[in-house]
Amino acid sequence: MTQLIRLCCVLICAALLALAPVAQVARAQDTPADAAQSGTGAQSGPQIGPLQSVLQQDAALFAKSSRKTIGPVIDRIVSSGLPGVPALLSAWQNKSIWQRKADGLFFLVEDLGDRSYALIDLDSGTEAGRAEKSDLKQLKPNSGVRGLIATALVQFQLSDPSRATREEALIAIERRPGPDLLAPLRASVAAEPDPVLKTRKMRIERLLTMAYDDDPQDRIAAIEAMSTDLGVDVRAALNPLVATTLAVQPTLPEDRNIARVLVPGSAQLERLAAYDMLVAADLAPPRRSAAEIKTLLATHIDGGRVGGVPVARLSDPEARVAAYGALFAEGLVPPRVSDADIDAALASHVFFETYAEPDPAVTDAAEAALATIATRVGLNQSLDLGLDAISLASIYFLAAIGLAITFGLMGVINMAHGEFIMMGAYTGYVVQQVIPNHTVSILVAIPLAFAVTFAAGVAMERLVIRHLYHRPLETLLATFGISIALQQLAKNIFGTQARPLTAPGWLDGALVLNDVVAISYIRIAIFVLALIFLGFFLFLMKRTRLGLETRAVTQNPRMAASMGINPGRVNMLTFGLGSGIAGIAGVAIGLYAKVTSELGADYIVQSFMTVVVGGVGNIWGALLGATMIGTLQKGIEWLNPSNTLAAQTYMIIFIIIFIQFRPRGIIALKGRAAGD
Amino acid sequence: MRRPFVAENPSVLVFLIGLSIFTVVVTVLAEGFGVGALSTSFVKTLGKTLCLCLVAIAMDLIWGYCGILSLGHFAFFGLGGYMVGMWLMYARTEIIVEGALAQGDIPPTPQEIIDGIGNQIFGVVGSSEFPVVWTFADSLVIQLLMVLAVPGLLALVFGWLAFRSRVAGVYLSILTQAMTLALALYLFQNDSGLRGNNGLSGLQNLPGVTAPQSAVSLWFFWASALALGAGYLLSAWVVSGKFGSVIRGIRDNEARVRFLGYPVESFKLMLFTLTAMIAAVAGALYYPQAGIVNPAEIAPIASIYLAVWVAIGGRGRLYGAVLGAAFVSLVSTWFTGGQAPDINLGVYTVHWVDWWQVILGLSFVLVTLFAPKGIGGLFDLMKREDKA
Repeated sequence: MTQLIRLCCVLICAALLALAPVAQVARAQDTPADAAQSGTGAQSGPQIGPLQSVLQQDAALFAKSSRKTIGPVIDRIVSSGLPGVPALLSAWQNKSIWQRKADGLFFLVEDLGDRSYALIDLDSGTEAGRAEKSDLKQLKPNSGVRGLIATALVQFQLSDPSRATREEALIAIERRPGPDLLAPLRASVAAEPDPVLKTRKMRIERLLTMAYDDDPQDRIAAIEAMSTDLGVDVRAALNPLVATTLAVQPTLPEDRNIARVLVPGSAQLERLAAYDMLVAADLAPPRRSAAEIKTLLATHIDGGRVGGVPVARLSDPEARVAAYGALFAEGLVPPRVSDADIDAALASHVFFETYAEPDPAVTDAAEAALATIATRVGLNQSLDLGLDAISLASIYFLAAIGLAITFGLMGVINMAHGEFIMMGAYTGYVVQQVIPNHTVSILVAIPLAFAVTFAAGVAMERLVIRHLYHRPLETLLATFGISIALQQLAKNIFGTQARPLTAPGWLDGALVLNDVVAISYIRIAIFVLALIFLGFFLFLMKRTRLGLETRAVTQNPRMAASMGINPGRVNMLTFGLGSGIAGIAGVAIGLYAKVTSELGADYIVQSFMTVVVGGVGNIWGALLGATMIGTLQKGIEWLNPSNTLAAQTYMIIFIIIFIQFRPRGIIALKGRAAGD
Repeated sequence: MRRPFVAENPSVLVFLIGLSIFTVVVTVLAEGFGVGALSTSFVKTLGKTLCLCLVAIAMDLIWGYCGILSLGHFAFFGLGGYMVGMWLMYARTEIIVEGALAQGDIPPTPQEIIDGIGNQIFGVVGSSEFPVVWTFADSLVIQLLMVLAVPGLLALVFGWLAFRSRVAGVYLSILTQAMTLALALYLFQNDSGLRGNNGLSGLQNLPGVTAPQSAVSLWFFWASALALGAGYLLSAWVVSGKFGSVIRGIRDNEARVRFLGYPVESFKLMLFTLTAMIAAVAGALYYPQAGIVNPAEIAPIASIYLAVWVAIGGRGRLYGAVLGAAFVSLVSTWFTGGQAPDINLGVYTVHWVDWWQVILGLSFVLVTLFAPKGIGGLFDLMKREDKA
């Protein structure tokens, strides 16, 4: 009834407005002729435009808007199809619409200062007069209403001439998708001039079709078309379609889209949780917990007895049941729900999950699409895991390559190797304090770190290791002494808190392949650095005089000496080289992890493992060892993602067992080169 | 005809007599039963030091006599502490929980008591269920057996794997270090069942004992002294016979011993397991005096310090290990405890807490380079002067 009246009013106004100079004939043509005469007393005046009259129909609701009642009003404004609608809506959203108290007309208001306001007619856009603030009342839609206005605005923005506005509209749709956006979006696709936005519009159109289209066949077609897409937005659009709610009823309902029936006591639905659902649905009496029963028993102690059972005997669970049963029989306590009661209650009800989406064909298609996507996501995740493993392997390789020289070639166990890595990282930190430009500072830090740790390595070799070449266990202990001294020195100088070593800006961010696979540039840089070191090492060993002499001294120092090679000098340089590479590795690791005095100690055991697993005395062994340890650690972390500590534990145990089968590592030297 | 064992090794008698005198002197001077010149905490420090001496003896047996530089013996030490700590914690919590539940009107059921204990012990790691490893925590006898069995078994399995594949020298050191790291990382997890990084605490309170800590500290001191004496005697006996000769032979030239027909691996494995058990006993006595055992104690660095003590004291002689452990650990406690006076150099004040590690590290380098025999080497010098 009220609808009919309202319709009449609209028509009357439209008829009246036909007289106005800027009148639109929009809807008036549809007007049955007799309706024009049926209404009286409507607003009159020559300045009332068609939009104004639409607003006047719902003046009260429009002026004091609330989220619950404003929906139909917005619908009517939009469906009027008048050209001023977008401007009105955005002005309304920005709280620039005011109502004149005298006649209740709405205006777009401009503040002129001096407490004077210009009133702008909504239909013509021209100034219709001025007013004092006291004559006006501002419309202040709350945030919920503004959200609805924004949704309504989207369809206008979708075909706005400005590209930025169209893009904003698309973002708004992505944030708050809704059934009413589908039609305007579809309508705007064909006319979209920008190819990028057009693709995006088509994609969002597909996603909205999946969720909101009226025709199930179209929805299923859209779902199947998108089932090869890895985008997070596709999964976000599919997941609500297969969202289920858990329910319980005495019998399975026929008219619902049932996802599956659950058996209480299975992994999906625990027995007691199922019973609690029954209690919550008022289908069963509440369970008494052991603590509640105890409290109830305690409140009914009567002369040292509860329900005829002596209190002292109540430490026996059986006696408690008996006592509680006696109390229940007297009507003093609510019933105790026994296990048998629970089972009976569970057996007489059906637990099931229903889809919110009523059409089974759509939910089946969505489930199938999600399964297909899950498989592809799984494949991509393995790729991502592989990339992670490679990047971890390159870090281990960097940390271990210096050891491959000092330990692998020279057989010197240098427990202070980790501290050389730390020294390199701190060198980088100090350089950054002096040179603020990050790119320049890293370029300076790398050679400087090499120089510092090279010098430290040479000093250590001359002062300590030289005297212990035939006592490897004592080398281990002496270098360990140096290690704890260096660590403590670093603590004394730089403090215990972590120091930042910031990567240059161009290393920020990540290379994004799709929504699943992404690699940060810093990891790529570390990988490249590891490759460079590998090449450098191979070049040095195979193509230079020092490499030749090193290999000679490694194989047979006496013979090398008699050929005119100075073994002392070669050892010194080789050791310095290994230490210097540790320093550069320190800069790289510092970019990736925080610089602390324990930085090196964190990597030392893994580094030794890398060299031992790979095979001593062979750079390819170190490479394989690093790859194996990195892959293993990532693999175990993937199996048990919540617990990286466990991953390290299992990895070490695996390595201990691995060494059983290849005591000399993956690549074992054979023949004379194997030495001892 | 062999001469009596003690007559062959006069140093054993000297050591045992010295240890007895030391024990009597400390007892007389302590607060518990004597004149009170030594505070309870100092008695505890001395008792702990005796335990450290015992584990140092184990380290000396395996490293100094057999040449295997194990960087894992402190893990066995810690495990021993964990085993006895489980009972201490369980029994004490049981008394507390039973006391609390007895306050109620209704006597508790056995299940309520167990749940209460579980909540008390595992609340910090967000659990209340008893893990499998606590199955026997209520039985002191079984836990005491586990002090020997668990580290012994670990050493047996690990040693069998390592020695069987002929891992030796520095490789073995790195492997033992990896084992220690794996164990520490495992215990650091909350779901390892041993309270993660919280460890076991409150171990200084003996369940059901009302005697003051001053007396308890002395009991443990006596027990530690007894264990050290017994351990010294056992070790001296082990290294004096044929077994000792073989393991010294393995240290000096493993291949030659093998060619002589000795099963080198079995000898090593036996010694490795034995020393792990000695270390575990030392740990089981140490941690009730320390009051808390947590995974940080097991970290590889602790085992390396153990090697440091033995090296400074003098390898290959049992009294060297005892001297090194006692000297370094007491001096460390003195320096890091903040008791050493800071030295003001005008521009820079030397805080010993900060610099002690540096000195320890460097002095260790110096000992390795210039005094490979450690403190024990001084006795050799004295002997030579006697003869001269």
